[in-house]
Amino acid sequence: MSSGAGREAVFATRQALGQMNLKLKGAQTGHSLLKRKSEALTKRFREILKRIDEAKRKMGRVMQIAAFSLAEVTYAVGGDIGYQIQESVKTARFRIKTKQENVSGVLLPQFEGYTIDEINDFGLTGLGKGGQQVQRCRETYSRAVETLVELASLQTAFTILDEVIKVVNRRVNAIEHVIIPRTENTIKYINAELDELDREEFYRLKKVSGKKQRDQAAADAELLRQRETEKAKGISDKEIDVEPKDVLGEEEDKDVIF
Amino acid sequence: MAAPAAYKDRQFLAVIGDEDSVTGLLLAGIGHVTDPPDSQKNFLVCDSKTEKSEIEKAFNSFTKERKDIGIVLINQHIAEQIRDTVDKFRDAFPAVLEIPSKDHPYDPEKDSVLRRVRRLFGE
Repeated sequence: MSSGAGREAVFATRQALGQMNLKLKGAQTGHSLLKRKSEALTKRFREILKRIDEAKRKMGRVMQIAAFSLAEVTYAVGGDIGYQIQESVKTARFRIKTKQENVSGVLLPQFEGYTIDEINDFGLTGLGKGGQQVQRCRETYSRAVETLVELASLQTAFTILDEVIKVVNRRVNAIEHVIIPRTENTIKYINAELDELDREEFYRLKKVSGKKQRDQAAADAELLRQRETEKAKGISDKEIDVEPKDVLGEEEDKDVIF
Repeated sequence: MAAPAAYKDRQFLAVIGDEDSVTGLLLAGIGHVTDPPDSQKNFLVCDSKTEKSEIEKAFNSFTKERKDIGIVLINQHIAEQIRDTVDKFRDAFPAVLEIPSKDHPYDPEKDSVLRRVRRLFGE
């Protein structure tokens, strides 16, 4: 894996190495934080999934009861009240408002139903007969709608969490499989390069000192040879004039006259 | 992530369903007709003769055009007719809920959200 991730285009310097080390540390911290966030979100997500499943089933039952109470109304009123109701609708009595809930930095909206009691579009429905059934039916359906609103909150939370978890996981994977190997590779590369520079420098110094020694040896040899030739010359000179005078000998110096 | 402005004004529910479902939900008081001149209802009554395009139009209008609707309720057998559109709609707002109707009991296998739930659990 690590060899396939490539490396960043940097110059192999100690400064770049320091930067890369910092970057690696940052990436590792970020990775562990994001991982934890993802786990927290996933836990929440699973809870919501379970509750959605339950709520959907509950909704099935509640809606069945509600439909039955509507059938009662139809029976009691003795005719279809659908048109009458559809025509008399004006303003919503049952409305929703949204709250926010914070889960690991993710804002999840929550619907909450509320009724405005002064609005009543159906004052005349069931006036002739079946008023009680209509009233009961309204209550049943109100309860059903409450359940639906609850379910809608769960579902919205589910959609948002799903999205967020995907994004977080993508980031975790990107850090784990791209950024960290890449930074490690870069660090390895810089280290190798610096080592090579070190070796090169060492070899160069060795080379220089070797050359110096060689030069020294050559100079010494030259000097020696010179001396030797001089000596040889000296010998031939000695043949002409006698051995050098013994300065410390008995022979007295001539007076020095200025 | 949805910005707060995306759901602050959403205070109504919308219904697409058969006559009984719509009547019942209207009785609960969710019906709302906007002021004239361009008064819009937040419910659509469908029967077997309703065109698919009409349902789709209503669905799109509730989900995309109107910004005051927080929850769209749709009968499952009607959602089945426009399954493609419903499945494609994946935004958080408004929440699309499939509800059972009197003649069509609720089938969790068909629900687009529950199907996603199943897939996530790898079933």
